[in-house]
Amino acid sequence: MDFSFLWQGIMSITWQQAVMYVIGGLLIYLAIEKGFEPALLMPMGFGAILVNLPLSGVVNQFSAGIGETPGIIQWLFEVGIEASEAMPLLLFIGIGAMIDFGPLLANPKLFLCGAAAQAGIFLTIIIAVLLGFDLKDAASIGIIGAADGPTSLLVSQTLKSNFVGAIAVAAYSYMALVPIIQPFAIKLVTTQKDRAMKMPYKPQGVTRRMRILFPIVVTVIAGLVAPASVALVGFLMFGNLIRECGVLSTLSNTAQNDLANLITLLLGITISFSMKADQFVRPETFMIMGLGLVAFVLDSVVGVLFVKVLNIFTPKNKINPMVGAAGISAFPMSSRVIEKLGQEADSQNHLLMHAIAANVSGQIASVVAGGVVLQYFANLG
Amino acid sequence: MSENLIGALEMLGQGMLGIFVVLGVIALLVVLMGKLGGGK
Repeated sequence: MDFSFLWQGIMSITWQQAVMYVIGGLLIYLAIEKGFEPALLMPMGFGAILVNLPLSGVVNQFSAGIGETPGIIQWLFEVGIEASEAMPLLLFIGIGAMIDFGPLLANPKLFLCGAAAQAGIFLTIIIAVLLGFDLKDAASIGIIGAADGPTSLLVSQTLKSNFVGAIAVAAYSYMALVPIIQPFAIKLVTTQKDRAMKMPYKPQGVTRRMRILFPIVVTVIAGLVAPASVALVGFLMFGNLIRECGVLSTLSNTAQNDLANLITLLLGITISFSMKADQFVRPETFMIMGLGLVAFVLDSVVGVLFVKVLNIFTPKNKINPMVGAAGISAFPMSSRVIEKLGQEADSQNHLLMHAIAANVSGQIASVVAGGVVLQYFANLG
Repeated sequence: MSENLIGALEMLGQGMLGIFVVLGVIALLVVLMGKLGGGK
């Protein structure tokens, strides 16, 4: 009897696959022990091991005796992400249903913080190009700075980047690391006095009509300026309209909980298809991880500096510069970071509601950023 | 200057302009809706 089938698998493991088992294990460790975005990093880590087992049955395989056999993770990726971007888009319905734009509607000036804090995306694209990446890959890497996993995934996949797996890992890892990255970046460009600056919070009434009109207005304006953003913005705002209309509370709850959980459950393990050893274990992956960090730092730094400049022109209504850094989309981690830093500087300094307003503005700005990047390539013809 | 770098610089200009225009117009409309007030 031939027993070679027993060690056929272990003998065909490549060193790159062994590296992926370590990376998968590391992601699982970070998710479970450190609590870093566990809903995504844990499935991605487990998936990284699954897709890198020799002749893995979760990806399509061809054998002489049977022919082609389909793999479930490859099918999920091809149908749910590659063919239609359905998974990240459907997740936006859930995210939109979760967000309360009330604090932002009460202080519309903070919309500008969300816009400014997207600069890290475009500055990182320039750095990536200078490092030798082609323009589409550079744009896909820069969009890590959107601090918004589904947007990063959608843009990099739409642009057919060669580095979707590394980009997804960077986007979700750094989102989990916002409480470490942002204090460092903010302290680079603020003084103790800046951080202690108080902002009075005057909650203004936001009418129900305004809350209902808001998602429609956002979708139409974003769609007219950057039509490529309509899918991203539209699904985000559709979720928000379900939340705010007041007559679809069951659907709103379903979108916030069941839909978001179901997509999240499948999204992580589906992304792992792009973490096959031959695509992931290469020098560019390290560069992408570094560039992702640069994008987050630049977002925060530009956000702070923008508010400092804005304050020169509005001396009677100053904004704490740290609130500018909350203009990144990492919600609600970034808001909590600003509140904590404000209280460290002065225990009576409460910035949470202002930071939340800038943070949800960043959520809109990041999907618009994804749209304008796609629009740029669409216009190239 | 390489073609890719020119493209990246164009994207910076167009991208930031696009984002500021979209969010700026939305902010103005929100202010306008607030001023018009009314409703529930």
